[in-house]
Amino acid sequence: MSLKKEPDEGITFDTFMEGVWRQNPVFVMVLGMCPTLAVTVSAVNAVSMGVATLFVLVSSCLLVSLIRNLVPKEVRIATYIVIIATFVTLVDYIIQAVSLSLYEALGAFIQLIVVNCIILGRAEAHASKNPPLKAVINAMGMGIGFTIGLLALGATREILGAGKLFGFSLFGEHFQPWVVMVLPPGGFFVLGGWLLLFSFMRSRSEKGAAHE
Amino acid sequence: MNESLSQIFIATLLTNNFVLAMFLGLCPFLGVSGRLGTALPMGIATTFVMLVASLCAYGLNLLLSAFHLDFLRLISYIVVIASSVQLVEMVMKKYSPALFRALGIYLPLITTNCAVLGVALFQTARDYDFAQSLTFSLGGGAGFTLALVLMASLRERLQLANVPTLVQGTALSLILAGLLSLTFMGFAGLGGGE
Repeated sequence: MSLKKEPDEGITFDTFMEGVWRQNPVFVMVLGMCPTLAVTVSAVNAVSMGVATLFVLVSSCLLVSLIRNLVPKEVRIATYIVIIATFVTLVDYIIQAVSLSLYEALGAFIQLIVVNCIILGRAEAHASKNPPLKAVINAMGMGIGFTIGLLALGATREILGAGKLFGFSLFGEHFQPWVVMVLPPGGFFVLGGWLLLFSFMRSRSEKGAAHE
Repeated sequence: MNESLSQIFIATLLTNNFVLAMFLGLCPFLGVSGRLGTALPMGIATTFVMLVASLCAYGLNLLLSAFHLDFLRLISYIVVIASSVQLVEMVMKKYSPALFRALGIYLPLITTNCAVLGVALFQTARDYDFAQSLTFSLGGGAGFTLALVLMASLRERLQLANVPTLVQGTALSLILAGLLSLTFMGFAGLGGGE
C-alpha cells in the first residue's frame, strides 16, 4: 500500500481511506440505509446503485466546494439540496437511456438518492469547508466505501436468496434458495449480521491489542 | 389506477408498510425509536408533512406536465418538501412550543426523510388521482407511525433484557427490525391488493 502524500494541500491517503474503511458509511456510520436495504437484492443492482451514488456524491461535493465561499450560511442546506437534486436528475435520465431494465429494477430509488444522508452529510461536513481537490478525493473514498458496503450486502443476499452471484448459478440446480433473504426482512437480517461480524472483529482486535 | 381507497390505505399501512417492506424512512426509524415518548409525536409530525407534501406534489405535477417540464419534477418536489417542513416548524413553534422543543433537531430532519419524498414520487409513478394520493399519504404516515411506535416499545422492553455486549447497538436494532418486518409479511394479501 503506497502512501500518497501531498503536504501542501493537506491531502493524505487517509482523506481517501477514511470513507473506504475507517468511516465506512454502511458498516461504521450506518447512514443512507434506505437505498442500502431496498436495492441490494442482487449484486448487479447493488453495484449500479453504488456507482450512481458515487457519481452524485463526487460531482455535488465538487460543486459545493467550488461555491463554498459564495453561498450565504442561512441558505446553504437548501442550496446543497438543489445541487444534489440536479445531479440526481442527471443520473436518473442517464440510467434510463443506458439500461431500461436496470432503471425498472431500481425504480424510484434512483430519485431517492437525493435524500441519502451520506451525500448531504459529506457536503455539509467536508466539502463546504475544504478545497475542491480534497473534497473530491474524500467524496470518492466515501462513494467507494458505500459501493463496497452495498456489494457486500447484495452479494450475500443474492447468494443466500437465489443461489447466484451476478446472475451466475453457483450451486447447481438442486440448491434450495433461502427466499426470505431477498425479501424485505432478509435485508435487515443480512445487514445486522454484517454489523455483528464487524463488531466481533473489532472486539477481537481490541483484545489482541490489550494482550500485547 | 383502479385501486379502491380502502385497498390503498390497508396496503400502505400494513402489507406495503413504508418502513418495514419498502425501506423508506429508515434513518428516523433507527434514530428516534429509542423512546416511546418521542416516537409518537415524530410519527404524527412526519404524517402531517407527508400530507402537505403529497397535496403540493399533486398540484405541482399537474402544473409541470402541463408545461412539459418533467425533468424539473425532482427538484421542485424537494423544494416543496423543504418549505413545508419549514412551515410545520413555524406553525408548531407558534401554537405548541412544548412539542416543538420536544422534537428538537428531528423536525428539520424530516426534510431528508425518504418516506416523504417517497410518497410524492410513488404517487406520481402510479398515476394516483387526488383522493388516492391523499389516502396514500395518510396510510403511509399512519404506517410509519405504527412501525415507529412498535419499534420504540420493543426497544424500551429490550433495555431490561440481558443482551451480550457484542450484539448491542445497531446490529440488535436491525435484527429486531427484521423480525418486525417478518411479522408484517404475514399481512400479505390483506385488502385484496397486489
